Amino acid sequence: MTESTLIQAVNQALREAMRADPDVILLGEDIGVNGGVFRATEGLLKEFGEDRVMDTPLNESGIVGTAVGMALYGLKPVAEIQFLDFIYPAFDQIVSELAKLRYRSGGQFPCHVVLRAPYGGGIKGGLYHSQSTEQLFTSIPGLKVVVPSTPADAKGLLLSSIFDEDPVLFLEPKRIYRSLPGEVPEGDHRVPLGSARIAREGADVSVFAYGAMVPVAQQACQGLDAQGIHPELVDLRSLVPLDEAAVLRSVEKTGRAVIVHEAPRFCGYGAELAAILAEKALYSLKAPVVRVTGYDTPFPYALEHLYLPSVDRISRAIERTVRAA
Amino acid sequence: MPAQSPGGSGSVVPLPYDADRLARLMGPGWAELLQRIYRGMLLGRILDQRLLGLQRQGRVGFYGPAMGQEATNAAVAAALGKEDWVFPGLREQLVALLRGHPLPVYLAQLFGNEKDPAHGRQMPCHPTAREVHYVSMSSVIGNQVPQAVGTAWALRRKGVPAIAVAFFGDGASSSGDFHAGLNFAGVLRAPVLFVLTNNQWAISLPSSRQSAVAILAEKARAYGFAGSRVDGTDPVAVFCAVQEAREALLKGDGPRLLESVFYRMAPHSSSDDPTRYQPPTWSEEARAHDPLERLEAMLEHLGVMRASARDLLREEIETEIRRAIQATEPLPPPGPESLFEDTFQDPFPPLTEERDRFDTEQGGHFP
Repeated sequence: MTESTLIQAVNQALREAMRADPDVILLGEDIGVNGGVFRATEGLLKEFGEDRVMDTPLNESGIVGTAVGMALYGLKPVAEIQFLDFIYPAFDQIVSELAKLRYRSGGQFPCHVVLRAPYGGGIKGGLYHSQSTEQLFTSIPGLKVVVPSTPADAKGLLLSSIFDEDPVLFLEPKRIYRSLPGEVPEGDHRVPLGSARIAREGADVSVFAYGAMVPVAQQACQGLDAQGIHPELVDLRSLVPLDEAAVLRSVEKTGRAVIVHEAPRFCGYGAELAAILAEKALYSLKAPVVRVTGYDTPFPYALEHLYLPSVDRISRAIERTVRAA
Repeated sequence: MPAQSPGGSGSVVPLPYDADRLARLMGPGWAELLQRIYRGMLLGRILDQRLLGLQRQGRVGFYGPAMGQEATNAAVAAALGKEDWVFPGLREQLVALLRGHPLPVYLAQLFGNEKDPAHGRQMPCHPTAREVHYVSMSSVIGNQVPQAVGTAWALRRKGVPAIAVAFFGDGASSSGDFHAGLNFAGVLRAPVLFVLTNNQWAISLPSSRQSAVAILAEKARAYGFAGSRVDGTDPVAVFCAVQEAREALLKGDGPRLLESVFYRMAPHSSSDDPTRYQPPTWSEEARAHDPLERLEAMLEHLGVMRASARDLLREEIETEIRRAIQATEPLPPPGPESLFEDTFQDPFPPLTEERDRFDTEQGGHFP
């Protein structure tokens, strides 16, 4: 075990995968000499050379399209999209190609690509360096979507993603890239996709969060202990596949649910969770499901602290849920 | 002297070759090679006629003919190697067949039945043929261009002496992925051949309105590699251009763009009515450049293939197609369980739940 930041854990996972398998190829903008704008690929060019750490021209559709072609021939490309906000030129390649090739070819052309993309707010990035649009991707059949919240999970989930057989969008919570170091296991540490993590056990209410919202929700939960409210915090870790059993188990125990995400509420990932609870856990619920989310606007710059779910907002939502009926 | 077209209504523009020149361009085996290319072109033409007919009878849901493109398809197929990879645009199904994709399997795709390796998931004319390195096509224009670059790069990295070929049309030359793909190819020096099939129409838009550049091949220069234009109704010219480009690519001499210009001799698809937008003179001009008749006339003139041999060949191909249709058309649709396969390697909820309750949800029709 060594103490690492989340971005260092990403770097360790990439290095580990590249040492283990010469077919793992990195490509993206500024990932070579510069080591990535967030330094996720720091030192990798030196160790693995230009053929495996490829600085590409500035065109996301070109990056994803090229990665798709590499994967069709059996390589394992890991592409960095500098910010999730810049992924949209590649949306067609993701929706029409990456996520559909296995299906449309009857399994003849599986297409395993990992797309790493820093996402989310809290870094004063304004409209185009802060968005959390995972719901656009979780609604595409054929694509997995993974979001770590701790350094250990960042490493374990990224390694699992790279050696998965299906395409994965790996969303990295850039707000906590450096702020919350943690123990990271050495070596080929893997966390299976589709397994949620109970970040905190509790009995009174289930709080569901992922990525950068996990530590915020954690703080809210801790603050409520003094008032005699003991929330359970479930870190989903992987949105597709979703660990539905863990979600249901927790709500069957607590009877209450609060869902937290940065993305806007309307048709957000929380809507799917709420629908699952309505379909499968209605009789366990003692109170309405509550969502704490970003507002249904574009992402603001000066007022981002009011836009993002805060410890206060989450705490109040939890209290309200627990006191309702 | 313009050669007379045996089956056609008028004369075609003759191909500019004599035997000596063909031997020089294509080698001593030129006659056999051209016979092979001719057979491929004829297969494409007869298939198109037969399948458009089936579509009109409601036996095939949709059809996209490639009439006019036969010389390009057959000559490219003849010039490629077994390990090369093909990324089709819209009308290169013949390339898959000529690389060895079985005709009955292709027809099963058109009928969308249980023998289609992709379980009837795509519209007709979208085969998938990994066994001949022919990538399952998408209907989205231009997406395959950067993909071919990635595969070409992977071939080189793996040390495989082969190239990737991306087909796309004049319409695709306006797409974002044309730019993305050619730019990446230029920077990565990937062994990829871009074959721009310019049939002069993107559905209703003439190529003069697709770009302000008169010769689309010139666009290659902006990406730092060579582009050339070839008469796509001349199979000799296409074959030689592809062979030359392929050798250059295998030597590591950058990507290449080859613009093959020909006439679209049929509607864009079975859903299209070109009388709404094509000038009345178009079909006449197109017929004068019918690649099949141009080659027929030359082979006859050079004594390589007589009319009687051609009739025999036509009969042989028609029989092959008839038998394949008879064997394939009556097959049942794909099994309903295939709905839930291949979205992911190993499905998980909610997909597995949907699969498990499918029978009940559908009223118990699928025991």
